[in-house]
Amino acid sequence: MDKKQVAELKRFAVEIRKETVKTIASLGSGHVGGSLSMAEVLAVLYGGEMRVAPSDPKKEDRDWLVVSKGHSGPAVYSALALKGFFDRSMLSTLNRPETDLPSHCDMNHTPGVDMTTGSLGQGASSAAGIACGNRLKGLDNWTYLILGDGECQEGQVWESFLFAAQQELSHLIAFIDWNKCQLDGFTDEVCGMGNLEAKLKEFGWDARTVDGHDVAAIAEAVREAKKEAKKPSMIVLDTVKGKGISIAEGKPSSHSMSISREEEADALKELDAELAAITE
Amino acid sequence: MSINIVKELANDTVAPRQAYCDALIEMAKEDARVVVLDADLIGALGVKPFQKAFPERTFDCGIMEANMIGTAAGLSATGFIPFAHSFGTFASRRCYDQVFMSCAYARQNVKIVGSDPGIYAATNGGTHMPFEDVALMRTLPGATVVEPVDSLAVRELVRMAKDTYGVWYLRFPRKNCVKIYEEGTTFTYGKANRLRDGKDVTLIAAGYCVAEALKAADILSAEGISARVLDMFCIKPLDGEAVLAAAKETGAIVTAENHNVVNGLGSAVADALAAGYPAPLEKIGAQDVFGEVGPTPWLAKRFGMTAEDIVGAAKKAIARK
Repeated sequence: MDKKQVAELKRFAVEIRKETVKTIASLGSGHVGGSLSMAEVLAVLYGGEMRVAPSDPKKEDRDWLVVSKGHSGPAVYSALALKGFFDRSMLSTLNRPETDLPSHCDMNHTPGVDMTTGSLGQGASSAAGIACGNRLKGLDNWTYLILGDGECQEGQVWESFLFAAQQELSHLIAFIDWNKCQLDGFTDEVCGMGNLEAKLKEFGWDARTVDGHDVAAIAEAVREAKKEAKKPSMIVLDTVKGKGISIAEGKPSSHSMSISREEEADALKELDAELAAITE
Repeated sequence: MSINIVKELANDTVAPRQAYCDALIEMAKEDARVVVLDADLIGALGVKPFQKAFPERTFDCGIMEANMIGTAAGLSATGFIPFAHSFGTFASRRCYDQVFMSCAYARQNVKIVGSDPGIYAATNGGTHMPFEDVALMRTLPGATVVEPVDSLAVRELVRMAKDTYGVWYLRFPRKNCVKIYEEGTTFTYGKANRLRDGKDVTLIAAGYCVAEALKAADILSAEGISARVLDMFCIKPLDGEAVLAAAKETGAIVTAENHNVVNGLGSAVADALAAGYPAPLEKIGAQDVFGEVGPTPWLAKRFGMTAEDIVGAAKKAIARK
């Protein structure tokens, strides 16, 4: 990946953050922290890694993405809108009555959302099922999955890890957004997850940990994961909850928080400064 | 609708699980979308012949019902028609949230089979005795809940499940049951099968209790009481028309179910009556108690699901007219 491509992905990630902040601010509050921590992985996936067609979101041989941490819908919607799956003006309908952008991801409402999620842990299994289905059809497409680190406290996640390894789902590439926070506080203080990469390896997965805010590192990790012939792959993303805006960054309380119009203006200034600093 | 019932009640010579496996194989041959999932009960359900015929379309997940149902939802999302099985307890309450969100709420096309419902769980006992699975599953918006009574009904309803989009829950015993239907019987989605006509009372039964209801009708007949018998194999959507017709034409109703009387068939019938044509209703079934260990006929007595219990309830309902 050349410098220009890296810069483009960096810009895409900041744009996702900007749209997420604007979207949530237009409503007044929402799931800020976990949305902002996964902007880079969304930028890498929708910025070229995933084979998707915004004009034909259900195209059979597309790559699939299951965002199991479904509360991060606002970031997903921002990425989808920026990518052209729907008009950006739709973003301000988030959580309004009869919207197609509900708080948690819904495949029957939002163009480009591949699976309904929200009850934590469940996307891990549905992604495994999607990978099984695509393989049965003889397709060589990829199924991506994004989990939260707190979400991995759910037992179902580990059931699905065992299953995916047993089924040799080599075309399943998963990420854990390791932002170290959950609703009640720091994950280590609520129920620590220990060494996720080591656990996944023990569960029969190909696994690696990268800086989750480094688009080049994420893209390189995906390339490596695609070389794996038998095992499903896990990429643990070392991230910061609420990344990019000082009112949220690193704070467990950013899981669900309010954003006033003044806070929005300050946050957008910070993000614009970040954009301006991206050269190439 | 064509109904052809046996002349004499006797054990079915074909086990329901055999009919299930045969139907799956037949359907899988003609429809590449049919896939099977289980949670370490493939042998118990007798589905190994399917696994042998279609190994790549069989997913034995191991003992992980939540993941099995979630995986089934994913397979459905890619266009497959998954049939996922466990014992009724674990196919419903163990993975209810997965059935709710990944399957029903996500509008997926997943067929869930809960075997050995209620007292069919027999010597597996109270821990394995689903008296609550119908209650859970019929609360899912859009879901279909059916209870095939014998092997022929299993064959027909499994096929109907494949051909009717949506989340289905099918509960039936694996091994022994009483044969009710002869070849030539057809089943219509959402329509009760009227097994016997009558004018004094209607016995609305499902599953295990259908044979008991037919026996009860014989006993009542000998005493000069004419009982209508309905096999309400489709518990959701309920045949409200048949319920209201029964209320209007016979004036008294008994429901009989191999399930808790709370939120099962009896409650569904009560809802229909209350909304349309109130009539005396007596509910046969487990009276809000847990299951126990024992042989099925003993359990039927224990939980008041025998023909004699139904006769008593019928007289009570008639007396309340």
